[in-house]
Amino acid sequence: MRVGVVTFPGSLDDRDAARAVRECGGEAVPLWHGDDDLKGVDAVILPGGFSYGDYLRCGAIARFAPVMDALVPAAQGGLPVLGICNGFQVLTESHLLPGALIRNDHRKFNCVDQRLVVENASTAWTSDFEAGQEITIVLKNGEGGFVADEKTLDMLEGEGRVVFRYVPDAEGRNPNGSYRHIAGITNERGNVVGLMPHPEHAVEEGYGPSLDGRGFFTSIIKQTLESAATA
Amino acid sequence: MGSIVVDVMLKPEILDPQGQAVAGALPRLGFDGFTDVRQGKRFVLTVDGDVTDEHLGAAQEAAEKLLSNPVIEDVVSVHVLEQDSAEQDSAESDAAASEDGEQ
Repeated sequence: MRVGVVTFPGSLDDRDAARAVRECGGEAVPLWHGDDDLKGVDAVILPGGFSYGDYLRCGAIARFAPVMDALVPAAQGGLPVLGICNGFQVLTESHLLPGALIRNDHRKFNCVDQRLVVENASTAWTSDFEAGQEITIVLKNGEGGFVADEKTLDMLEGEGRVVFRYVPDAEGRNPNGSYRHIAGITNERGNVVGLMPHPEHAVEEGYGPSLDGRGFFTSIIKQTLESAATA
Repeated sequence: MGSIVVDVMLKPEILDPQGQAVAGALPRLGFDGFTDVRQGKRFVLTVDGDVTDEHLGAAQEAAEKLLSNPVIEDVVSVHVLEQDSAEQDSAESDAAASEDGEQ
């Protein structure tokens, strides 16, 4: 089970993502932004960070990196892709996922242990969770407010494509002003998932708020092994 | 050498935290009359020779593909930077000021 992890100039969490893949029993394969080669991997993670300095818009320049020329059609063809934080921003800029991420409504950088509800446990990256399960993983971003027009939001909810929602605080607020408390979404097919919080920082005892992040990586590893067995 | 200006603004319905931060700072400086601030982006694309329709078409395409994200932003203007316009005068006076500085 080989999971590619893309490094863009300014990626920050590529090594943590690769480590999480290994911790959960997979092989992590480094992918380089300048190569239009996915090296035959079974799945790809777009990691967190500040690709190209977040210049222009977060993810906007990374979206046109050579590796994306290979990744976009592969994702459209069913390759599992997980975008975490900046990776989620790259996925929306690539139009692999709808909506966009804008600056947090309160204008401050977040760095918190965040409770989320898993709403869709049937995607490639969430099958090891139960629908309705609450998990706690790290959230750290300055531009994590998920926005989309009403029609798109209704469509996402109607089709069960909201994968994670923030558990709002006592005042009913979520940590970044995301519309309808949306923390993560998927595409129609369920192979592409993007979320702002960071599962790769919650996979090891003693580091991070929980081990809840492991489910992302065990989900994809199991699914790939099962589909290989039936192929 | 000619230039093309591309102006991009967040869509009116999208929250603009940066504009709000600016709006919050203005009254502290005594500017009380502004009820809202929206912050946008201006790109100046320069070409060899005069700007042609082809350049303008390419700028429009670049504006839609890279310079803006249609989900949250509108391209509000793509136009030639006119020689006689105020914006050019201001660019020239900036250039003159920096030349003076070098001397």
